[in-house]
Amino acid sequence: MIELERAGRVFKVKRTLVHAVRELSFTVAPGEFVGCLGPNGAGKSTTIKMLCGILTPTSGTVRVAGLDPSRRRTVLARRIGVVFGQRTTLWWDLPLRDSFELIRLLYKVDRRVFAERLDELVETLDLAAFLRTPVRQLSLGQRMRGDLTAALLHAPDVLVLDEPTIGLDVVSKNSIRSFLLRVNAERGTTVLLTTHDLGDVERLCRRVMLIDHGRLAFDGSLDDLMATAPDETIEEVVTRLYTRAGQ
Amino acid sequence: MLAWTWTRAAAAYPVSFTLMVGFGLMMAAVDLAVILVVFANTTALAGFTRAEVLFLYGAANIAFSVADMCVGNLDKISQHIKAGTLDTMLLKPAPAWLQAAVDRFTPSRFGRVLQSVIVLVTALAALDIPWQRAWMVPVMIATAGVIFASLWTLAGAAQFVLTDAPEVVNAFTYGSGQLTQYPFSVYGRDLVRGVTYVLPLAFVNWQPGLYVLGKDDPFGTPEALRFLGPVAALLLALLAALAWRQGIRRYRSTGS
Repeated sequence: MIELERAGRVFKVKRTLVHAVRELSFTVAPGEFVGCLGPNGAGKSTTIKMLCGILTPTSGTVRVAGLDPSRRRTVLARRIGVVFGQRTTLWWDLPLRDSFELIRLLYKVDRRVFAERLDELVETLDLAAFLRTPVRQLSLGQRMRGDLTAALLHAPDVLVLDEPTIGLDVVSKNSIRSFLLRVNAERGTTVLLTTHDLGDVERLCRRVMLIDHGRLAFDGSLDDLMATAPDETIEEVVTRLYTRAGQ
Repeated sequence: MLAWTWTRAAAAYPVSFTLMVGFGLMMAAVDLAVILVVFANTTALAGFTRAEVLFLYGAANIAFSVADMCVGNLDKISQHIKAGTLDTMLLKPAPAWLQAAVDRFTPSRFGRVLQSVIVLVTALAALDIPWQRAWMVPVMIATAGVIFASLWTLAGAAQFVLTDAPEVVNAFTYGSGQLTQYPFSVYGRDLVRGVTYVLPLAFVNWQPGLYVLGKDDPFGTPEALRFLGPVAALLLALLAALAWRQGIRRYRSTGS
C-alpha cells in the first residue's frame, strides 16, 4: 500500500544542503498498523509529507496506493486520509457540520453514503454535542476527533496520522486509540502514524519503524524491539536508541 | 460549491458586505474622476477623445476587476506558505491553485466590477462603434481576463521563491492594472515595446482597442498585431501554469 524506494529529500538552508530524509526504503502492506518513531528533526514529518504529495522527493521514488503522490496528488487525495495533530484541516470559522458538508462536496461523496458514515462516526467519536460549534471554539480533543472524522468521511484505504495524540489528556487519548484500532480492524484501513507517545506504540502498533537522521534505524515488530534488551522498559530501549543515534 | 461558500460568507456579514461593495465603488470612482478631470481641461489625450479613453479604461478594468475578484487571492500564497495552510490545501482533492484563488471572498472588489461595467457601457453608447468591429469587444475582455489571471498566477508562483517579499509582485499585478487604464500613446516608445513583446499588456486593451476604434497605431506596429491577443494570452497562461507547477514542486512546507 505504501512503498518507498531510496526516497530522499534535500533542503537548501543558507547555501548548505540539509538531508532531511536520505535513501529511505520501506513497504507497508494493506491492513498494517505501523508506528513511526524518531527524535525531533529525524525526518518523520518530511516522510509523511512526501507520502501525501505535499513535498516532492528530491531522489528515489514514493508510491502510495500505486500512485506517485506528488504527481497524482488530487487523485491520491481521494484514497488517503491525513490528520496532522498540530494543524487542523477543517475550516476555522465554519461549524463542524459545515466543514463536513464541504468535505462531502470536495470529495464528491454520495449524499446517502455520506449521511450513513457521518452518523456512525458521530456516534463512535461522540461528536453530537458540538456539531454546530465553529471549529475555532473547539477544545483540542474535540477538534482532533473532528479532524479524524473529516479524514475518514471519504472512506480512504490509507490513514496517515502525524502525532494524532499530541497534547491530549488520558481519556481523549484512549478514546482516539480505541477508535483507530477499530477502524484498522473493521474496515481494514492501513494506518501509519508518527508519535512521541510510547503509549500509542504499545497500544496500537504491531510494527515499529524508528527513523533517525533521515534513515531507518529499526524496522520490526514491537516484540522484536523489546527483545533487543529483555530487561529494559520501552522507554529505556527508545531512549538508548535515540541517544545512540544522536552521536 | 464556490457559490455556496461565498454566499455563506457574505450572508454571515451582511453589513460588512454592503459597506465593502460601497467602499470598492468609491475607490473606483476616484480613478474615474482623475480621467474626467483631465478631460475637463482638454478635449483629447494623446490623440484620444474622452469616450475613447473611457472605452479603453472600462474594457481593461472589467477584466482586471473580475480577475482580481476571482483569483486575486493568489498573491496571498506567501501567507499560506508561512502559516502552513498550504499543506492542508495540498491534501484536498482539488487543485491547490483553485483553492488558493477562492480562499477568501472579497466583496470590495465587486464594487469595482460594477463601476467598470457602467463606464464601458456609457463609453460604447457614446462611441457608436460599427457592428463589423464590435465583435472584438467581448474577445478583448476575455483575452484581458486571461492575461490578468495569468499575471496573478505568476505572482503567486514567484512567492514560492520570494516568500519573505510578497509585495514585490504587486508591481506586476496592480501595476499592470494601472498601466492599462490609459491609451498607450501617453507612454514612451520603449515602455510600450516592453509591454507589447515581453509582458503582453498591449493586448489587454491597446491593440484590440485600436481595431475597435478604427485607429492606426501611433507607434506604427503592423495591423496583424491587433488580432494576436488570444495567442499572446494563451502563451502567457501556459507560462504561468508551468511556473505554478514548478512552485508547488519546489514547495518546502514548514516545520513539524
